[in-house]
Amino acid sequence: MTARAAPAPADRIDTGKQRQARIVGFLLIGLAIFTAFVFGLDAAGDATFRLSRPRDPFALPDLVVPAAPFLHIAAALLAFLGARQFLRGGIRWTALSLGIGLAILVAAFLVWATAGKAFSLTGMLQATVVRAVPIALGALAGVLCERVAVVNIAIEGMLLAGAFTGALAGSVIGGWGGLVSAVAIGGLFGFILAALVVTYRMDQIIAGVVINLFVLGLTSYVSSQVFAEYRALNNAPVFRSWKVPVLGDLPVIGPVLFNQNIFVYGAMVLVVTATYYLFHTRSGLRARAVGEHPRAADTLGINVYRTRYIHVTLGGMVAGFGGAWFTLGSVGRFDENMTGGRGFIGLAAMIFGRWHPVGALMAALVFGFADSLQQKLALLNTPIPSEFLAMAPYIATIIVVAGLIGRARPPAADGKPYVKE
Amino acid sequence: MSERIRVNEEMRTLLARTTRGRAGFEDLVVVPVFAVIVALILGALTMLATNVDLATIGKSYVALLHGSVGSLNALSETLTAAAPLVLAGLGLALGFRTGLFNIGAEGQLLMGGMAAVMVGFSLPELPAVILLPLCLLAGAAMGAFYAAIAGYLRAATGAHEVISTIMLNLTSYRILDYMLRQPWVQKEGRADPISKSVPEAAELPRLLEWLDPNLRVHAGLFLMLIATAFVYWLLFRTKVGFEFRASGENPDAARYAGMRSKLIIVLAMATAGAFAGLAGANQVLGVLGRATPGFSAGIGFDAIAVALLGRSHPVGVLFAGLLFGALEAGGRQMQVDAGVSIDLIGIIQALIIVFIAAPLLVRAIFPWGFRRSRDKAGGQP
Repeated sequence: MTARAAPAPADRIDTGKQRQARIVGFLLIGLAIFTAFVFGLDAAGDATFRLSRPRDPFALPDLVVPAAPFLHIAAALLAFLGARQFLRGGIRWTALSLGIGLAILVAAFLVWATAGKAFSLTGMLQATVVRAVPIALGALAGVLCERVAVVNIAIEGMLLAGAFTGALAGSVIGGWGGLVSAVAIGGLFGFILAALVVTYRMDQIIAGVVINLFVLGLTSYVSSQVFAEYRALNNAPVFRSWKVPVLGDLPVIGPVLFNQNIFVYGAMVLVVTATYYLFHTRSGLRARAVGEHPRAADTLGINVYRTRYIHVTLGGMVAGFGGAWFTLGSVGRFDENMTGGRGFIGLAAMIFGRWHPVGALMAALVFGFADSLQQKLALLNTPIPSEFLAMAPYIATIIVVAGLIGRARPPAADGKPYVKE
Repeated sequence: MSERIRVNEEMRTLLARTTRGRAGFEDLVVVPVFAVIVALILGALTMLATNVDLATIGKSYVALLHGSVGSLNALSETLTAAAPLVLAGLGLALGFRTGLFNIGAEGQLLMGGMAAVMVGFSLPELPAVILLPLCLLAGAAMGAFYAAIAGYLRAATGAHEVISTIMLNLTSYRILDYMLRQPWVQKEGRADPISKSVPEAAELPRLLEWLDPNLRVHAGLFLMLIATAFVYWLLFRTKVGFEFRASGENPDAARYAGMRSKLIIVLAMATAGAFAGLAGANQVLGVLGRATPGFSAGIGFDAIAVALLGRSHPVGVLFAGLLFGALEAGGRQMQVDAGVSIDLIGIIQALIIVFIAAPLLVRAIFPWGFRRSRDKAGGQP
């Protein structure tokens, strides 16, 4: 990369951005055509979105959108954004217009899919938040590890270990005990990962793959060897949702954000805490220094090894908490491989969120939205196969990693072992 | 400054490789043997922890041995299980040699297997001589294409292949789900996602059916051996293979020597994908006869372990694949005879790789098994 001849660096960067702006413009115009001709042509009737349930204290009227006019306006807006982007190529506008464009597209899609039917918007948003929780916590675990330059492919395994421990310990010593144990086991696997990659200098990706295989093997083994026989060991209590007094009664945001279980609140608190810690405290700055330039950090007296151990263990604990969601937060029972790749989606959310806790949460919400939308699609009888929607987060991640639309930059020393002189 | 140290370290490992001797023997034989033994002991401890009594543990390891090499049927099962592991493992090993960490064998295997099935049931009137090679070719080509996506992205944009192959894996599951629901793929009269069966002409012929119809070992065995020889030849006897290895050892040196690093990345990924696709084709044409959701059964991930255990050397991969195949076949027998869940094999396999991939850890556990060497053990005295 560095060896490539560069006539004038400034020019090259500029044309790169310009090209990117044009790509985005082109994409938006394409989406406009898609909206107008695929959604717009067969939309008839009104789309009814229910915002509140009958028993809510503050009832909002249903949101009724006439489908055809809405879709034409959406297409026009997309075309305008795209044309603006294509002709003017405003560099600062690229990300913004893309974001607005995608939001319009999602709204248009929902209106098109609901045309002539009724559909509970609040219910879907609530499902979005619930589904986003394990992804967000997995992504946050990834952020904590990668900020100190340890690549964590093992998020999936840590989630699974948390889910398993939550079910087992929860059945034996109750819900809170199960939660604490799940966090502890997550931390243990974080510590093991740190030991393998920091002390024994094992390849970070191999170490992650191995932890995933090991946890999958161990939990499946115990589940088929022990749980099948002793059912009582796999019957944990579930944390019920708890309504925040006044806020929980608000329309729409009440049920979505303030009438959830401990995992949703925990995820929000952890994201805020992690952001504050990483970007506004002294030890957070040190941690990031270890991730960007370990040798410089070492020279300044920061203990690189200890910092990595601490943060990877903390990341494991966060993932263990997220894993407990699968059992203590939803069904109370462990099934083989029940995380089903959520850890990898968390990894994607971390990249999507550009290695920032808030970004990771936002990305997790987008993925959670795609997930719950996919469930609703079956209900709404749309002709779009739900598999394509399910693929969208993965393909979006590939696009982001490839830098086709904005590049995400990992911490500089990410994935490299550090050998003290 | 750190650059110089890195180069120094690379020089040192390069020098260590040229001096064949005890260090090589330790790395290639002692560490794997230790790894397998320790993993089996830890597996026994796991059983003990889950309330399995000692007699049953003994019985299960006897069953493991018996089910893997104890009879003709056991050998047949071992070879059947080993073939796809070796095929996919060879591809991964080739990628590792080129410095590419391809986690996407699972997805490439699924796509390759699916392509082979589709070609198979679409052309049922062709004779076996044409149809079988065509199906295998389709599998390899599809796997190569799917892996080349990740390779191209790495070469053109620098997108790390680990992330893109993980995402391509997850995408491939959905593509398979979708395809299996299409009317021209789905088996007639079935509501569940299952593909049409491949015609007999496209099946890899069973080798020992004349002895006993239950012996499942099929012509994939030859595929496995030919592929091993081919990869050996490709890596160590051709210019392309030299370029692969050179880019893996030292990408900068390879580029300064005039090798086209981007082309090499795409080529190496595509070749690796072709072998994974072939492994998928081998499964559907030799064992399953059709495609179902998740027919890969984690072979793509186990193959990573096989490639690591085989030290990314074709012959090593062959033996590692046979060992994992034996564990797989023996594990089934263990489940039947001793009532110990086959998932135990997953634990043992994971432990084997831990010890293989972290030689420092093995040295820390068994300090007496190794010559005291400063250059190898790094921080160790």
